[in-house]
Amino acid sequence: MTLVWLIGLLLAGGVVAWGGERFGSAWPRSIAVTVMLIALVMVLGLWSGAATGVVTPGGPWIAHVEADWIPRFGIAFHFGADGLSLVLVVLTIILGFAAVIAANIDVKERVGFFHFNLLWTLAGAVGVFTALDLFLFFVFWEAMLIPMALIIALWGHEKRRAAALKFVLFTQGSGLLLFAAILALVFAHYGDTGLWTFDYLTLLAAEGSWPGNLWILLGFVIAFAVKLPMVPLHSWLPDAHTEAPTAGSVVLAGVLLKTGGYGLIRFTAPLFPEAAQLLAPYAMALGVFGILYGAVLAYAQSDFKRLVAYSSVSHMGFVLLGVFAATLWSLQGAVIQMLAHGLSTGGLFIMAGLLQHRLGTRDMQRFGGLWAGMPRLGALTLIFAVAALGLPGLANFVGEFLVLLGTWERSVWAAAFAALGMVGAVIYALALIQRTFHGAPHGNPGVRDLDPRAVGLLAVLVLLLAGLGLAPQPVLDTTAPALEALLRLSEPAILAGEVASHGL
Amino acid sequence: MVFEDFLALAPLLVLAVAIVIGLLVAALPGSDRMMAGLTPLALVLALASLPMAAETAPRLVTPLLLVDGYALVFSGLILVAALLVAVLSRAAFAGRPGRPPRLQEFDLLLLLAVLGALVLTGATHMISFVIGLELLSIPLLALIAYPRDEPLPLEAGLKYLVIAGVSSATLFFGLALIYAATGTMDFAAIARTPTAHPAFVVAGLVLVLVAGGFKLSLIPFHMWAPDVYQGAPAPVTAFVGTVSKAAVFALLFRLFEATGALASPAPLWSLSAIAFASMIGGNLLALLQQNVKRLLAYSSIAHFGYLMVPLLAGGTFGAEAGLAYLAGYSVTLIGALAVVGLLRPDASGREAERWSDYQGLFRRRPWLAGLFALMLLSLAGIPLTLGFIAKLYAFAAGIDGAAWLLLAGLIAGSTIGLFYYLRLALALFAPAGAVAGPADAMPADATGLTLPARGLLAALAVALVGLGLWPQPLIGLVREAGTLAATEPPALSRPDPTEARSWTE
Repeated sequence: MTLVWLIGLLLAGGVVAWGGERFGSAWPRSIAVTVMLIALVMVLGLWSGAATGVVTPGGPWIAHVEADWIPRFGIAFHFGADGLSLVLVVLTIILGFAAVIAANIDVKERVGFFHFNLLWTLAGAVGVFTALDLFLFFVFWEAMLIPMALIIALWGHEKRRAAALKFVLFTQGSGLLLFAAILALVFAHYGDTGLWTFDYLTLLAAEGSWPGNLWILLGFVIAFAVKLPMVPLHSWLPDAHTEAPTAGSVVLAGVLLKTGGYGLIRFTAPLFPEAAQLLAPYAMALGVFGILYGAVLAYAQSDFKRLVAYSSVSHMGFVLLGVFAATLWSLQGAVIQMLAHGLSTGGLFIMAGLLQHRLGTRDMQRFGGLWAGMPRLGALTLIFAVAALGLPGLANFVGEFLVLLGTWERSVWAAAFAALGMVGAVIYALALIQRTFHGAPHGNPGVRDLDPRAVGLLAVLVLLLAGLGLAPQPVLDTTAPALEALLRLSEPAILAGEVASHGL
Repeated sequence: MVFEDFLALAPLLVLAVAIVIGLLVAALPGSDRMMAGLTPLALVLALASLPMAAETAPRLVTPLLLVDGYALVFSGLILVAALLVAVLSRAAFAGRPGRPPRLQEFDLLLLLAVLGALVLTGATHMISFVIGLELLSIPLLALIAYPRDEPLPLEAGLKYLVIAGVSSATLFFGLALIYAATGTMDFAAIARTPTAHPAFVVAGLVLVLVAGGFKLSLIPFHMWAPDVYQGAPAPVTAFVGTVSKAAVFALLFRLFEATGALASPAPLWSLSAIAFASMIGGNLLALLQQNVKRLLAYSSIAHFGYLMVPLLAGGTFGAEAGLAYLAGYSVTLIGALAVVGLLRPDASGREAERWSDYQGLFRRRPWLAGLFALMLLSLAGIPLTLGFIAKLYAFAAGIDGAAWLLLAGLIAGSTIGLFYYLRLALALFAPAGAVAGPADAMPADATGLTLPARGLLAALAVALVGLGLWPQPLIGLVREAGTLAATEPPALSRPDPTEARSWTE
């Protein structure tokens, strides 16, 4: 029941925060912080008890709960978390915390409604990560988009409305494909067995060879690839990330993109093993292309946030590559990469927000020489930037390295070209630092360094990045059983022994 | 006729008696107030008599009317929608410009139209089809033009009159062709009768389809819809969009099922093409609208395009899906038009149909704006609203019928639809006057809402979210209709001629 309570807490907290606005604009923030604190305690408690779970073909599930919802179609309230879900839920809550704190930077009006939307987005994300019923999954998948779109449209920057509409059209349009694919899968299963069910575990156990499998899989993959995003379906992302307020960018990049990666890992190959194998070479090629394309475009940006946004495209290419390379190492790498990207990009977007708040612009041509005036802000940005470029010792390196290692056995070429992406990351990340903090000062009036309190809060993100980079083993141990189970389900052609021999 | 026959017709009889009483008391002083009570009462009583009628179902009452689960659930939907419209019209007309209008004629016309709609749900014969359709259309025309001092309603009424005439003529011609070929007016008998001129039957069915297309405002028979939606008072627009279309859909579904029309290629392909064109065209045209009522008209064209997917899928599941879709759409459309009709944007008392009326509404009228946003999300089919359940059924019907092209149209159309629903929803939350005109052009809000209006809005919101979250009661109901429609063994098979004669004796 913990998961239901967690989602309920976020939903109720959102409503209370909205209502709290009438007592003063500081109230929604305090309420949201409290809610996130409780949520953090809850998920850490879950993690500590992760060893005890219900074991099924899909993996050991903790906090498993199931109840009828729409019996007509066999739809159920079915929640559960395995290691994979768990680490992503933890990430969601941590970044949600960061977002609530970052909201103070640029959200000054209708604070209550903002926190309502923020908490509901987080609730939707937690639901996506833990729903074990495909219908329920889809409901959360769609439901989290509307509050997110409102965050962009109401509190965003100059071109916010266009960006919000583009975001919704891309994600909802592809969401309808996903919906059709889910229904097609359920109808195919019904045709085979005469049993109505949207239950993930039941569908997983069924013989996954229906006619039109490839088309159904494509529906899933396209929806997740838009969210991830995969080039060429990424064009909503730079606009949405750039125009969103700081807290919105943090949640968007840190959490919402991860739902795409999660969907790919959880649903595509395990449900459609053969079809996914047919698709894998193309998906891997697009992943590599995205890594390089994102890196090149990131370098070309003059807008701080746009640069970070394109770097996300590049980083998520690694996730796509890792998922479709489908080895335990590459999957582990993809998961670590998602966590690391959430933390480092979240950090960079907070820095962008702080800079924009101080200087009134995100245009790096008007930055320059800022280090002298704000060494602390500069140093923190540098740390997040080198994390993003994959410096060993920080989390992103672990993720990218594992993905490359896992991909190498599948395709040497893919691994080799993807590795070039790490070079590209060095170039754009250092260019970001150089253009912003070095060079001739522009005499910006708003230069003001961070106060110690802000440094302390951001240091938490840095510590998490370093901890994940230096000692990733606890996370790897948490996700390993889940990923092994998914891998067993998704690779009928490969001997089970080979999977076992790759154990970390 | 025996007692059970009267029992089966109880909803119709209740309405008929109410109409007669209404006509009798029309001359008395204070009759307007009496009618204000009588109309909802009659509709509620008719609703209450449905379970009683269900006891006898399925039952063929005369060769004209089949009272089965299908007819009764559709009747329930129509009666609920009509009840909502009746309450809404009282609340909305009270604020219109000019002297307070007398509404007893309005109510009488409304009841007559509902009676026609109920006849259509049970019609299994050309005669009851035509009677029901005319009984529905003729009062509607007067309802549309009810505020007769204003130019737009009059224009809309005239347009509807012309279109209704044309579509009736098409219909009669189609029915005549079928009758000429088969010599029977009974739906089920048409399919069974061997004929020397099968082309006549097919041509006739296509013509009937065309007439249905007019009534459902499907592309390319949609030209009247924007003008009528815009010109008619908002409650009447709601009536046209829900009751009238639901009844015609119910009839068409039964006709096509009974005659097996969709088994032959000409009706199948023309209906598919019409559906696809409506989904895409309706949504594309809605993109261009600056008037909210016109926008809802084009959106309705698209939604009835979606609704053709269950019609094409047919069978038990098609009936269930069509009903569920109509139920979801009706609640949503009435809710949206209730806001349009009740929100008095300025002192003139006009309806809130301009885009600028909604700009920044959330700051001025948070509850109404929130409700309107909910309705828009439901029209867009976002989860946790009833519209999502409707969309679930439309998609499921498409997959069930393996209609992949239509499914693609459904996805493409819904995506386009999202754009304008969300644009309007975002406008609600935007700062006032940010886009259209200077801020001081925003009028002060005129009046508050009356108690029935508040109750109506609250009920709609609760239904929308409640059934969106917990759709099982609705699904149970529509499913019953679907199964009953499919499994009526002897009732749908015609009575033999001796029996048919016996009711005249």
